[in-house]
Amino acid sequence: MSGAGEKQVVRLTVNGEDHELLVRPHATVLELLREDLRLTGTKHGCELGECGACTVLVDGQAQLSCLLLPGQVDGACLTTIEGLADGPVLHPLQRAFAALGGLQCGYCTPGMLLAAKALLDTNPTPSRQQIKEALAGNLCRCTGYAAIVDAVEAAALGAVEAAAQDAVEAAALGAVEAAARTPR
Amino acid sequence: MLRLPPFSFLRARDVAEAAGLLAEHGDQAMLVAGGTDLVPKMKRGQLTPTLLVGVGHLAELGHVSASDRGVEIGAGVTLARVAADARLGAAYPGYVQAAASVSSPALRNAGTIGGNLCVDTRCNYYDMSFEWRQALGFCMKKDGDVCRVAPASTYCRAIASSDTAPVAIALGATVVLVGPGGQRRELAAADLYQDDGRCYLTKQPGEVVESLRLPPPGGWRSAYVKVRRRHAIDFPLGGAAVALATTGPIIEACRIVLTAVGPRPLDVSAAAEPLVGRPLAEVLGGDVGLLAEVAAAAVKPAKPLDNADLHYVWRKQMTRRAVEQAIRQAARQPAPHGAPAATFGADAAGGAKRG
Repeated sequence: MSGAGEKQVVRLTVNGEDHELLVRPHATVLELLREDLRLTGTKHGCELGECGACTVLVDGQAQLSCLLLPGQVDGACLTTIEGLADGPVLHPLQRAFAALGGLQCGYCTPGMLLAAKALLDTNPTPSRQQIKEALAGNLCRCTGYAAIVDAVEAAALGAVEAAAQDAVEAAALGAVEAAARTPR
Repeated sequence: MLRLPPFSFLRARDVAEAAGLLAEHGDQAMLVAGGTDLVPKMKRGQLTPTLLVGVGHLAELGHVSASDRGVEIGAGVTLARVAADARLGAAYPGYVQAAASVSSPALRNAGTIGGNLCVDTRCNYYDMSFEWRQALGFCMKKDGDVCRVAPASTYCRAIASSDTAPVAIALGATVVLVGPGGQRRELAAADLYQDDGRCYLTKQPGEVVESLRLPPPGGWRSAYVKVRRRHAIDFPLGGAAVALATTGPIIEACRIVLTAVGPRPLDVSAAAEPLVGRPLAEVLGGDVGLLAEVAAAAVKPAKPLDNADLHYVWRKQMTRRAVEQAIRQAARQPAPHGAPAATFGADAAGGAKRG
């Protein structure tokens, strides 16, 4: 048996690109992605499996990279937030989050998007309840979640632009109504 | 960044090799399948192995197979897979409810049923960073010699935190263990646990949980109700598993097992005695007194302490509610198909039963 901490070879496919890496067995996949591969889109939050900020897809399933060891993912295909867009063309979920305000500070967004992608890949037409359940492990301290669920729903329906237009109109109407209520 | 201390990682070739490595390296070695409980605890210095033996990839731990003896689930099957299995859901609704209630979707994609059976006991004085525990003074669960929540206690009072274990016990399930020489032994799920939060499992250090065997569902309804702050992520702060057997409209037997009220799942089936021989309609139809009486008796032996989230008195009150809800949920389920209750292993786990 090799000594504790001695590096080991791990083979991975990350966002379609094959890698053979010499890594410390005690470096989590989160560290490997951010520090070895410089894919800093995957965020470190609690690092204890409680917030979902570090969510990546492992063979299509949402998993938390802060708790994954390189030895557990040897031979696996990973998708990180950097692999979501198709070149300059954003993924429908990304467009929906941007159009519908499904983010504010943006720190939870990579994890949210990947958890949402895992859902839509297996269930293209989820109910709002199913969306909430799929995102139940991803914490957001800014949005209050409603806009995130709206965005995933709009992306699933393929109606991002229409939903965004509705949101803009609703906001404008709200502003008009508020102005009308304001005493002159 | 919160980093792990150095260790070695070996992917076991098979279960027997994993057991052999555990036996060879003693308390320096631990198994890792999903790692969702182990890795955070290693980051906080609660668990300090220098060798991790990977078993999550082993095909021999990844099966779900049914026979006339019931259903066997490999210990490496993920909680997500159990939660999504319609066949299991129809036969063992309580077990599937419990698997689906563990943590969050991403953790259920990694966490396994074997891992959840063996999940570490939890305590507010233990599930803290190394620095926090060092500042207060360590407890007997790790590095110290006193229980911080009950200083006069001679044993560790960290609480059983498995969601699936109480249902497995209520259903009369058994666990198959593999030793270092490849030898197997099968024991009742209830006998996997003992009343000490530090040494809470009875399995030997060199043994690996290979599978869980659920007896044929014949006639048994089951339900699990979990007490927690949020509907996701949280460990149980209390909880009740109920298995209910009927013949026609009459309740034949009822088992109740509590979780998160002490160091091991607490079988309180004797409290269900008043239900035996009564029509289901009485449970569903509003004999509120009967259900309240059973639930009150069920939580009477539970002695939760102030070592988990939320107040311990509230936890006990809510566990009583969980018992009531779980009985109601089980009673509302459609009558399961299959053999009569007796073939389900009613004698294996005891419990209140007719005649």
